[in-house]
Amino acid sequence: MTAKGIHIERLSKRYGEGDTAVLALKNVNMTVAPGEVVGLIGPSGSGKSTLLKCLGAVIDPTAGRMMLGDEVIYDDGWKVRDLRALRRDKIGFVFQAPYLIPFLDVTDNVALLPMLAGVPNERARARALELLTALDVQHRANAMPSQLSGGEQQRVAIARGLVNRPPVILADEPTAPLDSQRALAVIRILNDMARRYQTAIIVVTHDEKIIPTFKRIYHIRDGVTHEEVGEGRGSD
Amino acid sequence: MISLAGRDILHSWGKFVFTGIGLGLLIGVTLTMAGVYRGMVADGKALLDNSGADLWVVQRETLGPYAESSSIYDDLWRGIRAMPGVAAAANVTYLTMQVRHGQRDVRAMVVGIMAGNPGDPGWPPYLVAGRQITRGHYEAVADIASGFQLGDELKIRRNHYRVVGLTRRMVSSNGDPMVFIPLKDAQEAQFLKDNDAIWMQRRRTAANPAFNRPTVPGLLEAVLASQTVNNHVNAILVRLAPGYTPEEVAAPIRRWKRLTVYDRSQMEEILIGKLIATAAKQIGMFLVILAVVSAAIVAFIIYTLTMDKIREIAVLKLIGTRNRTIAKMIMQQALALGSIGFVVGKIAATFAAPHFPKYVLLMPEDSIAGFFAVMLICVLASLVAIRLALKVDPAEAIGG
Repeated sequence: MTAKGIHIERLSKRYGEGDTAVLALKNVNMTVAPGEVVGLIGPSGSGKSTLLKCLGAVIDPTAGRMMLGDEVIYDDGWKVRDLRALRRDKIGFVFQAPYLIPFLDVTDNVALLPMLAGVPNERARARALELLTALDVQHRANAMPSQLSGGEQQRVAIARGLVNRPPVILADEPTAPLDSQRALAVIRILNDMARRYQTAIIVVTHDEKIIPTFKRIYHIRDGVTHEEVGEGRGSD
Repeated sequence: MISLAGRDILHSWGKFVFTGIGLGLLIGVTLTMAGVYRGMVADGKALLDNSGADLWVVQRETLGPYAESSSIYDDLWRGIRAMPGVAAAANVTYLTMQVRHGQRDVRAMVVGIMAGNPGDPGWPPYLVAGRQITRGHYEAVADIASGFQLGDELKIRRNHYRVVGLTRRMVSSNGDPMVFIPLKDAQEAQFLKDNDAIWMQRRRTAANPAFNRPTVPGLLEAVLASQTVNNHVNAILVRLAPGYTPEEVAAPIRRWKRLTVYDRSQMEEILIGKLIATAAKQIGMFLVILAVVSAAIVAFIIYTLTMDKIREIAVLKLIGTRNRTIAKMIMQQALALGSIGFVVGKIAATFAAPHFPKYVLLMPEDSIAGFFAVMLICVLASLVAIRLALKVDPAEAIGG
């Protein structure tokens, strides 16, 4: 078990009751260390999204235990009162589509999260610009999302996921809309950011071209995870 | 914290501005309708103010002379003038009719006033051009809203009148401009019949054995003469002497002259509470309908704008935005839309008001009340969209 990153034990999620109950997650165990990027793959309906929603504190697991860093956030019940603040401060999200706020420019899209947490606007923008520079999109800082290419939008979305320095980032098919070159570039960026900010990143994907880049992969099928670690896996 | 509503409005300003203009025209119509009502009340009050009277003496048990017809003898004013507390008393007639001027008709209230006594009740209190009526016949003073000029020749019934003076804000409760003519002419105009009717009346009277008695010479001529003279007026306007209350003077007139007397407050109640009450209700109904339509438009637009942002709202909720921040954003947009609409509406109403045929009085307090009503409507209209936004599940931002 790691002291940082994310660690989950025997996590279960059941939908419905009685005869109609469906066990979407069955005693899932997973550990992602700080600075590590792991893949979570599986066919449709295998429980990937359910696991991601449980990790993201969007839905309630039925049982199990989750830790973010040293903090137990779930132990057969939420241990955190304000799940919204938990999502805002401790968990970063990167989606299949960038889902940038169309009426905010690039800087404010990234700076919005720290602003919501009460950080003064100028400091939040400075923090956003630092990340945009790290992701090499600082030259589009004042552009509107509609003026960006797909790859640029996804980099801005990654910057938004990282801006509050969360211990964990959940990336839901972040390369799906991108071509091979851009998809690999995004994975490279996620690896760089994970190392630089010591963030644990879980990437849910179907994308065959990026699967070989993960050093560790969790396969999920019928709500059960299997870990795969391979020599020669991984790409920087 | 940045203003999400402000940024969204700036981003899609065209949608907001054009919707605001549409809403603004609706609000402009609403403000104008309120102005029409205020104008009717102001016209009614101007009618009473400009008459210069403290008491209106009318036919018994009528609401005359403005709300109902009233007919009293034209010699009663002398007795009333001699009563204690009466500073001035004057006969007056009112007749709303089409006044012919060249090739056009002007709807006007023809007021008959006793010639030669400027300053008496019923007379125009001031002129903007020309002079008061000095002759007993065929002179007129007209309100400038009638469009008449000094020297114009008017035709009332069969007689022609020359405009010798122009006055301002002398209108009926309906907003029709007044035309003042000498009392005798006005009395004649009220009951003037055409030649055929007069001839027919004479024949019928002559055929009546009660009036045409060979043994009473001169009877038929006397009866015929009485039929061609109108010795009635609509009201006597009374101005009080200093130190007398209206009731002190009205009570003896009611008792000894057997007439109905109204003071200023009673006459205002008749004009505003009875004469224009139906029109006021009509306008009130329009205002309610316009308010409902405005609310529906704001609700629809805000709902549509929110529907367009469902995915962004899910993302905002997922990344930790509070419900109240999202609700505030939607409500601020609704209020911004209402503000744009109100400004456009106020400007539209201000510029359109002078072009209305009736007097439109835009009161600042109506505008303030209208602004708050628009804001309230916007808040209520945004509740549907806020409910929709708060029901958005943040999980919608995550696929699967």
